Amino acid sequence: MTAIFVLIIISLIVAVGFLVAFLWSVRNGQYKDSYTPSVRILFDNDKPSDNTHKS
Amino acid sequence: MQAQVEKEVKCYHCGDVCGKDEIVVTEKHFCCDGCKLVYEMLQENGLCTYYQLEKNPGIKLKAAQHERFSYLNDASVQSQLIQFQNNEVSKATFEIPAIHCASCIWLLENLFKLREGILGSEVNFIRKETTITYDHRAISLKQVVELLASIGYEPSISLEGAPKATNRQEKLFYYRLGVAGFAFGNIMLLSFPEYLSAGSFIEQHFVRFFAWINLILALPVFFFSSSVFFTSAYESLKRRQLNLDVPLALGILVLFGRTVFEIVAHTGAGYADSLAGLVFLLLVGRWFQGRTYERLSFERNYKHYFPVAVTRMNKGREEQVTLDKLAVGDKIVVRNEELVPADAVLLKGEANINYSFVTGEAEPVARSLGQIIFAGGRQEGCTIELQLTKQVSQSYLTGLWNHKAFEKQREDITTFSNKVSRYFTPALLLVAVLTFAYWAFTDIPKAFDAFTAILIVACPCALALSSPFLLGNAMAILGKNKLYLKDTTVIERLSAINEVVFDKTGTITLAGNKDIVYSAGVMPDDQQALVKALVRHSNHPLSSRLRQYLGNNGTYDVKQFSEVPGKGISGLVNGIKVKLGSAAFVDLTESLSGGIAETRVWVSFNGVPKGYYAFTNQYRPELKEVVAALKEHYTLSLISGDNEGEKTKLQQYFGQEVAMHFKQSPHEKLHYIEQLQQQGKKVLMLGDGLNDAGALKQSDAGISVSDNINNFSPACDAILDASQFGKLPAMLAFSRAAKTALIFGLLISGAYNAVGLYYAVQGNLSPVVAAILMPLSSVSVVAYGVMATQLLGRKYGLLGAAANAPKVNKSVANYEIQLT
Repeated sequence: MTAIFVLIIISLIVAVGFLVAFLWSVRNGQYKDSYTPSVRILFDNDKPSDNTHKS
Repeated sequence: MQAQVEKEVKCYHCGDVCGKDEIVVTEKHFCCDGCKLVYEMLQENGLCTYYQLEKNPGIKLKAAQHERFSYLNDASVQSQLIQFQNNEVSKATFEIPAIHCASCIWLLENLFKLREGILGSEVNFIRKETTITYDHRAISLKQVVELLASIGYEPSISLEGAPKATNRQEKLFYYRLGVAGFAFGNIMLLSFPEYLSAGSFIEQHFVRFFAWINLILALPVFFFSSSVFFTSAYESLKRRQLNLDVPLALGILVLFGRTVFEIVAHTGAGYADSLAGLVFLLLVGRWFQGRTYERLSFERNYKHYFPVAVTRMNKGREEQVTLDKLAVGDKIVVRNEELVPADAVLLKGEANINYSFVTGEAEPVARSLGQIIFAGGRQEGCTIELQLTKQVSQSYLTGLWNHKAFEKQREDITTFSNKVSRYFTPALLLVAVLTFAYWAFTDIPKAFDAFTAILIVACPCALALSSPFLLGNAMAILGKNKLYLKDTTVIERLSAINEVVFDKTGTITLAGNKDIVYSAGVMPDDQQALVKALVRHSNHPLSSRLRQYLGNNGTYDVKQFSEVPGKGISGLVNGIKVKLGSAAFVDLTESLSGGIAETRVWVSFNGVPKGYYAFTNQYRPELKEVVAALKEHYTLSLISGDNEGEKTKLQQYFGQEVAMHFKQSPHEKLHYIEQLQQQGKKVLMLGDGLNDAGALKQSDAGISVSDNINNFSPACDAILDASQFGKLPAMLAFSRAAKTALIFGLLISGAYNAVGLYYAVQGNLSPVVAAILMPLSSVSVVAYGVMATQLLGRKYGLLGAAANAPKVNKSVANYEIQLT
């Protein structure tokens, strides 16, 4: 039964890991703007099509 | 010039219809030079993706570029705008109202391709903001702003402090919520053995181990997450008031204290689960209630709309000065599309002032030399010179903000739950003390037990949860129907209203849409065609409305076209000299007998005046229904800055008994509301312009009606999208019902408290009872709040199928018949 001590401590460490991940994402500003990234991801960054109209 | 355009061609850049100035470059049509220039600039820099992401995404350039941003070279102005700066790099965030589509995001985030020195930019679409990082050795702040302006994304710069602090507050709140949620989940898990009756099949040392871990997990909840309630309770006590956070903080304190005691003294398992659950749910409630409409601002005053700087004439030279440095007697220059910052006398030029910010009236008015021009008007047309007669803050309009109505902050103590708390808290303490005294004679430990148990179970968590969820959901439902509230207290204030005051122009009239009546009966078709040909060449709002009105009646070429700003247009059509414009423009001396309530455009052929087109206000089609529905519950009245010209027409809508006040100044509007309040009325004000700002602020609830909610609205409690005007009675009825539901929610949570108290007073509240009672009451109250508002939303047609029913068309048909 003493394995429970170890298991609980491990489970808590995992849980703390998720908490830290959450705090980090807040700190990183991931909740600041929930719309623009969804548009930004659709932009083709390196497509050279821009210059086709150039005379 | 060939002006025959059978099919209306849209500008490749901005999507406007190309007029006579149409420019064609590489098979692309542009409506003006500005649009073409932007296109060429983007093309040269390989940024044409801009036009592929969305159709006609561009923004028409409004004013010619002058030195109007030179105030940005001022160090004190810079320090207010720049968020971060080191030796090389500066970072600034600009509010750019023109952001409207994916193309905007793309272009603004590719600014670095356009100009050397810009290192990067990031758009926040919802807030309509762009954060730009630039190398200030290569490019100055002024040049960055000029660059933005040159491609149509002119930032609206205001020195009214950027909201940096709120950002940090928000993050801190999420930290608190995260920590509480984490602790709540884990403590529940570790408390599970306890619920299954500890000791019977779990060894004692496990129980202790779990308890200690629970205690450790509860520490950050108590010291970090719950601190919001303690600070709020402290603030409230300092003001000698009892808000709902006082009993909450007391409950949390006692919960924690007793948990520590029980675990350290090995007398029990403590209430760590209840503590963490309570704090977590309360924080979720706060979050639910506190969600606001980020992109809408409810606190705007005139400073947000006035320019930061204006051009002043100083010994014959122009200079840019910030508004606070302007003094009475200064001569200033106001160009096309610029705002008049203070009351002034016209010295030079032809003023054509658009007061749409102030009154909601979109039609510009002409002013002649020596006349007073009030602050807040926007010049349209040529450059004018003015001499200031008042200071910026003391002008006819802006003086309004010196009124005491703008000083007071509304006390949140008036909310329903805080009112309840005022009686709840003393009663709770009384019961606790009496119980303690009763047991103290016989059994001291039991007395402590009972005392703390009372404070724990009576902690009004259900009450504290029912109101945020119920009101928060009600606010979201109203938001879906495009009535955006500042916060949830507005619902309670709306429910208490018994008088509704309307502003006229812009609020109950359709902005820009007017009925057109030709004075001399019906104009023959051939003459109409002449007029139509002429108006096609002008971009003036009246011209475009006439164009729509006249429809398609063949086309003629126009020769010698000329437009005199603020006066009219003329040209040679089919050999006939056609003039359209003011009475003076068509060589007529208009008799100004009686107030003319309408705008008139005179027509003359070969110098012979034929008649005029009268533009009269068109009321919102839903108005009649709205008035009829509101009359059942409220007294109505109307205040307007205009003259009485339309009184009889308005009475057809409102009826004879409704009080109507005309020619009201912004101050008089405010006083009118004050008077009503002194009679004990609770006033709802519906307005739209800056001249209603005082009345909106003074009223118990001020709703700003706006055709474009992103554009403009004075400080108010709520913003209503004008397209939803017809739903107003339903929305008010909904908020009244929500208030009733709130009271019922209080009874439910009160019942739970009573059950808990029954056990607690006897001194035998076990942790299990607390652990069941608390989540049960919380969850049921939250569920009740959300369900009640959903049901009410359906009942009043604000949710579901009924919300989307095409109501408008029917009502238009109704009122047409009744009027004729």
